[in-house]
Amino acid sequence: MSEKLAEHLAGAPSGSSQPDKFAVRKLEFYYGDFHALTDITVGIQRHAVTAFIGPSGCGKSTFLRTLNRMNDLIPGTRVEGSVMLDRQDVYAAGIDPVDLRRRVGMIFQQPNPFPMSIYENVAYGPKLHGVKKKADLDEVVEKSLQRANLWKEVKDILGRGGLTLSGGQQQRLCIARVLAVEPEVLLMDEPCSAIDPTSVQKVEDLMAELKDRITIVIVTHNMQQAARVSDYTAFFLQEKVNEAAELIEFDRTATLFTSPKDRRTEDYITGRFG
Amino acid sequence: MTLRDEPAASTAPRADVADSRGPDAPTLSTISRSTYLKEAALKNLFLVCAFVAVAAVLLIFMFVGYRGWPIFAKTGLAAFLGGLQWQPTAEQPQFGILALIINSLIATLGGLALGAPLAVGTAVFLSEVATPRVREWVRPAVELLAGIPSVVYGLFGLLALRPIIAQASGGLGFGFATAWIVLAVMILPTIAAISEDALRSIPSGIREASYAMGATKWQTIWRVLLPAAKIGIIDAIILGMGRAIGETMAVVMVAGNAKVIPDGIFKPFLTLTTVIVIDMPYASGDHRTALFGVAIVLFLISMAFVAAIRVISRLGGEQS
Repeated sequence: MSEKLAEHLAGAPSGSSQPDKFAVRKLEFYYGDFHALTDITVGIQRHAVTAFIGPSGCGKSTFLRTLNRMNDLIPGTRVEGSVMLDRQDVYAAGIDPVDLRRRVGMIFQQPNPFPMSIYENVAYGPKLHGVKKKADLDEVVEKSLQRANLWKEVKDILGRGGLTLSGGQQQRLCIARVLAVEPEVLLMDEPCSAIDPTSVQKVEDLMAELKDRITIVIVTHNMQQAARVSDYTAFFLQEKVNEAAELIEFDRTATLFTSPKDRRTEDYITGRFG
Repeated sequence: MTLRDEPAASTAPRADVADSRGPDAPTLSTISRSTYLKEAALKNLFLVCAFVAVAAVLLIFMFVGYRGWPIFAKTGLAAFLGGLQWQPTAEQPQFGILALIINSLIATLGGLALGAPLAVGTAVFLSEVATPRVREWVRPAVELLAGIPSVVYGLFGLLALRPIIAQASGGLGFGFATAWIVLAVMILPTIAAISEDALRSIPSGIREASYAMGATKWQTIWRVLLPAAKIGIIDAIILGMGRAIGETMAVVMVAGNAKVIPDGIFKPFLTLTTVIVIDMPYASGDHRTALFGVAIVLFLISMAFVAAIRVISRLGGEQS
């Protein structure tokens, strides 16, 4: 664990006034017998974008999915340590993962709109959580599509199937769908790796707009993207095959990319491996 | 060819090539005559296979049509399809099959009403709820149900189910109620298997997206997965309907087969399929022709089901 990280955990890092949105301590993660992540301790700053980088298979997506307990859906997974969301352990007994996921939304690598209309896609979450009146739903749908920068493109075709949109539009539709339930945190698992460059630009702009109100965590393969969009960066690495991955370094993005403290981080960001 | 011959054989052409295309240019071999003939023969073999299926359908349709057509001319199409009286051996024979059509529909729809929800529920259980271990036990059981001969279903209905229904209803136990239960179990594996395929073919990302929005398992199944698999499930139900309306042996054993219009669900009845088995052994003349007429109607109903599946699938394809 780097000094900077220890300092970050001891209190808030220099320049921040609020406590972390997520505080993860000594997290261990297992897929059955396979020990996938070890000794992960990190804080996720609220109203900022935090990027997780590292080579393929380094556990960054796995770690992301521990934050909203999506891994619970995979049989045989096990978590040790604590993941505090606003000082409450999300893995504590009795915590409802369904409510957690409403507060901590997720965007996936492959855009995955439901096979229903654009309107119904966005209205899905609000309907789940009890919004029934047509007028209220109309309002949420419009607002969410606007926040996802998709409204102008789809406002006249809301009844059309979500799957008829282009890949990039589909991804923004998925973002609108998540925003409609007003999450506090948005976890993005390589949201741009399956869409065209113009759409990537739009999604990145969107992240900058959203972070005023939402805490964003993004897993990305693309170091330029991490450097462009994030305020903080965490570098994960699995040093040997079949060994648990670790968090190597965590810092402000500018610092991590310009003066990494760990040799392995430097090797990775300068393209020496991975 | 022996190993020793090989180098000589392969170096000879290479020397030629070296002259015109440079030292290491690989040569492209030409297609050999035997390969060409083999490919052509295979293509035609498969064509013949496909042709047999098409020819069989055409031949059966032509045969049934040829034998049954005169009855339409004799009684008139309206009287045949719209007549309520099936009195083929009366002094003044009457060949109205409307009651048979309605009985077939009642038997089918009742079986469907019982069987389809059960089958879709089974599909949801297998695809979304069961652990792999449980699934490996339940699925073969459901598949086995599809393999039981219909006469065994009939026997079960006749000897196990009918007495219970008889006791409950105070009659003989022959009738729609018994047939519905037998048909429901018979169509269950068809509908369950195809619905399960439809559910499993939904990309897992769709499930994850729903869970990631704070949906429960039940909400995900009810609001996302079943609507997404809608087309496949409707196809499955229509196929089940086709199976039920065409089912003969199991129905004939529990239906009672009376040539009167039943006035209750516990009363004997006759359907489009059962009338053919019951009457054919002794039918002659117009009566026999009329039974072929019934077969034409059954044929057209099945064709309508197949057409419905195609239309629905196409509509579904355009929708998403």
